Amino acid sequence: MKQTVRWAPLVLFILLGSAMTYGLAKPDSTNIRSKMIGASVPTFTLPPATAGLPGLASSDLAAGRPHLVNIFASWCVPCVAEAPQLKAIADAGVPVMGIAVRDRPEALQRFLARNGNPFRAIGADDASQVQMAMGSSGVPESFVVDGHGRILSQVIGPINPEDVAGIVAEVRAAR
Amino acid sequence: MTRLFLALALIAAPVLADSDMPPAPLADTQLPDPRQEAQAQALMETIRCLVCQGQSIADSNAELAGDMRAMVRQRIAAGEKPAAIRAWLVRRYGSWVTYDPPLDRVTWILWAAPILFLGIGLWIARSSFRRRRA
Amino acid sequence: MIAEAGLAALWLGAALCALQLVAAGLAVRGQDALAGIVRPVAVAQAALTALAFALLILLFVRVDLSVALVFENDHSAKPFLYRFAAAWGNHEGSMLMWVAILTVAGAAVALFERKLEERTLLATLGGQAAIGLGFYAFLLFASNPFARLFPVPPEGRGLNPLLQDPGLAFHPPTLYLGYVGLSVAFSFAIGALLTRDVGPAFARAMRPWVLGAWIFLTIGITAGSYWAYYELGWGGWWFWDPVENASLMPWLAATALLHSVTVLATRDGLRAWTLMLAVLAFSMSMIGTFLVRSGILTSVHAFAVDPRRGSFLLALLFIYIGGALALFGARVGTVREGSRFDPISREAGLVANNLLLSAILGIVLVGTLYPLLVEAATGTKLSVGPPYFNAAAGPLALILVAIMAAGPLLRWRRDNLKPLARRIAPAAILALAVLAAVKLAAPTIHILSLLGLSLAAGLALASVAPLWKRNLLRTPLFVWGMVVAHLGVAVSLAGMACDSSFTVEKLVAARVGERVAVGPYSITLDAIDPTFAENWQALQATLLVRRGEGDTLTLTPQARAYWAPPTETSETAIHTALDGQLYTVIGKQAADGRWQLRLWWKPFVTLIWAGGALIALGGALALVGRVWRGRRKPAEQWL
Repeated sequence: MKQTVRWAPLVLFILLGSAMTYGLAKPDSTNIRSKMIGASVPTFTLPPATAGLPGLASSDLAAGRPHLVNIFASWCVPCVAEAPQLKAIADAGVPVMGIAVRDRPEALQRFLARNGNPFRAIGADDASQVQMAMGSSGVPESFVVDGHGRILSQVIGPINPEDVAGIVAEVRAAR
Repeated sequence: MTRLFLALALIAAPVLADSDMPPAPLADTQLPDPRQEAQAQALMETIRCLVCQGQSIADSNAELAGDMRAMVRQRIAAGEKPAAIRAWLVRRYGSWVTYDPPLDRVTWILWAAPILFLGIGLWIARSSFRRRRA
Repeated sequence: MIAEAGLAALWLGAALCALQLVAAGLAVRGQDALAGIVRPVAVAQAALTALAFALLILLFVRVDLSVALVFENDHSAKPFLYRFAAAWGNHEGSMLMWVAILTVAGAAVALFERKLEERTLLATLGGQAAIGLGFYAFLLFASNPFARLFPVPPEGRGLNPLLQDPGLAFHPPTLYLGYVGLSVAFSFAIGALLTRDVGPAFARAMRPWVLGAWIFLTIGITAGSYWAYYELGWGGWWFWDPVENASLMPWLAATALLHSVTVLATRDGLRAWTLMLAVLAFSMSMIGTFLVRSGILTSVHAFAVDPRRGSFLLALLFIYIGGALALFGARVGTVREGSRFDPISREAGLVANNLLLSAILGIVLVGTLYPLLVEAATGTKLSVGPPYFNAAAGPLALILVAIMAAGPLLRWRRDNLKPLARRIAPAAILALAVLAAVKLAAPTIHILSLLGLSLAAGLALASVAPLWKRNLLRTPLFVWGMVVAHLGVAVSLAGMACDSSFTVEKLVAARVGERVAVGPYSITLDAIDPTFAENWQALQATLLVRRGEGDTLTLTPQARAYWAPPTETSETAIHTALDGQLYTVIGKQAADGRWQLRLWWKPFVTLIWAGGALIALGGALALVGRVWRGRRKPAEQWL
């Protein structure tokens, strides 16, 4: 049997083994990053999700100021954890716009009453259409959007206290 | 061990973070046109659920999967082609979201594998045969 | 006390295993001083691990909560059967079962193998011991099933409803008997490479062991598929999920090995292929064990995810598979070349069979690991699923079916195309007839399903053809085995084609009293009632099912909610008729009070698993036939 054929299985196994070693070594990331980073926010118009706050449209995000778009829901447990961070960001002057996924007006009222309201507007995304259009796959997620409506970055999961300053700086630096 | 439970429990619906809202129309309702429904079904079986441990959106109880099914059906009913819907999703989530890998620079080996394996096998096997005497 | 006894038994077993390895190693090199103890030590080792496993089961049945594993996976409210099965429904317990089966397989070889040359047999037992040592180490250092817990908790945590099912109780043991049984073939191959004893005698000795493991693997995979089908509530029976593939790959290698070993036994050919396949089969088992437990691939079926344990297993893989393949590379050149074949002969058919099975195995392996490879090389995340596997492996499988039909009709050594054509004509004509008929009846059928149905028909006829004009009572059992197994493949293929093409699905939002038609059935939602048992409550739908003018049946699918741990499951209600299954699922209630019902009519779907059972039965017939024949005619030269 030729040399190549004899040793090929071992060589192939080493290749496979390396792939499996990589698989073990790589950090476990089940998060799916949005591929819309760098692209324009998709066109949408969402009705108000709860009384007292206007709805959200993509045109609002391209009006010349950068925004932080927060995709959340009243039934989402980690969203409660992120509420103080959102408040801090809003207090720093960053306009925080909300998109509530699969939510009810009354439940949202209760959530905002309990956890504070950093939002200038909350759009109702009842069938996750806008969430999908932005490439988001869960709640909570946040997107920094510049004044022209371009998505600059994505935060998956609740915003940690140590990330607040970075996000505020990023929004301020954006045009 | 808790991870075993969690992994298995995802086959059943996780009860922890649910919205309580009824499913989107068309998430669990078939399209009236059977041909369109068949197209939609075929597509849904090949789109990966974003929040599950390896299921298609056709096979998942997750709410986001339901919303994705609703979107697929809605678009097919509106006349969009399955390939366009798949492309829309891939544009947003990357190739990870489709179970049908594209054919490009990165995946050509995958698609060529059947021919490659057969060819290599035939080449190795030819030494097992002798010339056929008349 | 019991737990400590179990642990002690394991340590003792490991020590004996080391002794076995040393003694066998010395004997292979010619120093026979300790050769006599190899067999008894192998048996003693098996007795000890079997004892350890039995003790673990005892701990679970007694719900001894001072043992951490029992706390995590058991509960006093569980029925007896599931307390018993909980012993292997977790990582540590199933690894102990793995090692127990490994050592018992070795003991069986030590006790019952009489046909093999002494040195080769000792080398085989040495191989088993070498494998055992690594997995003993894994068990004792990284997966101790007998670890204690203090303070002793009042109740266990293990009431996961999905694990309380007869399917899951029996599926792991059968699968493991298959997986780990292949270690014997692996050790045989190592032994043969070490002693350079590769020939018909070696093949005849190895064959029953391969058959035995293969039968269990077939049963395990078939049972697992059916369990997933009725348990998960989506009507699917195979998803090309990484864990499913992990069980399929050893099966593909073992099937190829099974056929290859026959060529080696009868015609002294395909020596290198047979050795390679024997190494490959168990290597696939070990890779599968690693994939399922390491967490590197996402799957609904995945076991406990622990990268540390994954690293340990990966190291074992490198040592064992790398070592075996290195030995293969080094020694296979010195294995004398076997005979060559005529391109039209049964041997040629078996070579084609080998090739196609190996190609399909390669496709499944590449497809399963490709996302990992791509992510390692480029960082992009990919998913490879049914569209790829069906498109890539499907056509090859169909070609294989055609070869399966022709193979048994080919003569050994040398045959000619014209007589072959005559023998295969009836099957070919039937296949074409079915092709035409199905295409006319269902013009939009997918090409793979169409070919699948017609080839299944052809294969069914061709597989019974070897019995034609034979005295059935005097036909050897192994020929019956081949006939039944190949027929099983045809049956299973027909079921798969029917399921993928003719299934009718209806999703309806129904009010109580509403009627829906699915396939030949008329179904009325009669009532929705709450119901409960000790650890769950459910909403149960009462469906009145009628077919034409027949009797009315009642089906009761449930939407169940367990409270510890809180999980929702869907209990399907299935009605099996002669020509298919009616599969019903009750879902959530919509805002307007209507209930979501999922109903499927699946014609002939049961053929899939009936076929699998037939394949296993065929294997069993062949095994009994071979073993029996071996007893009656010990000096047999020819089949």
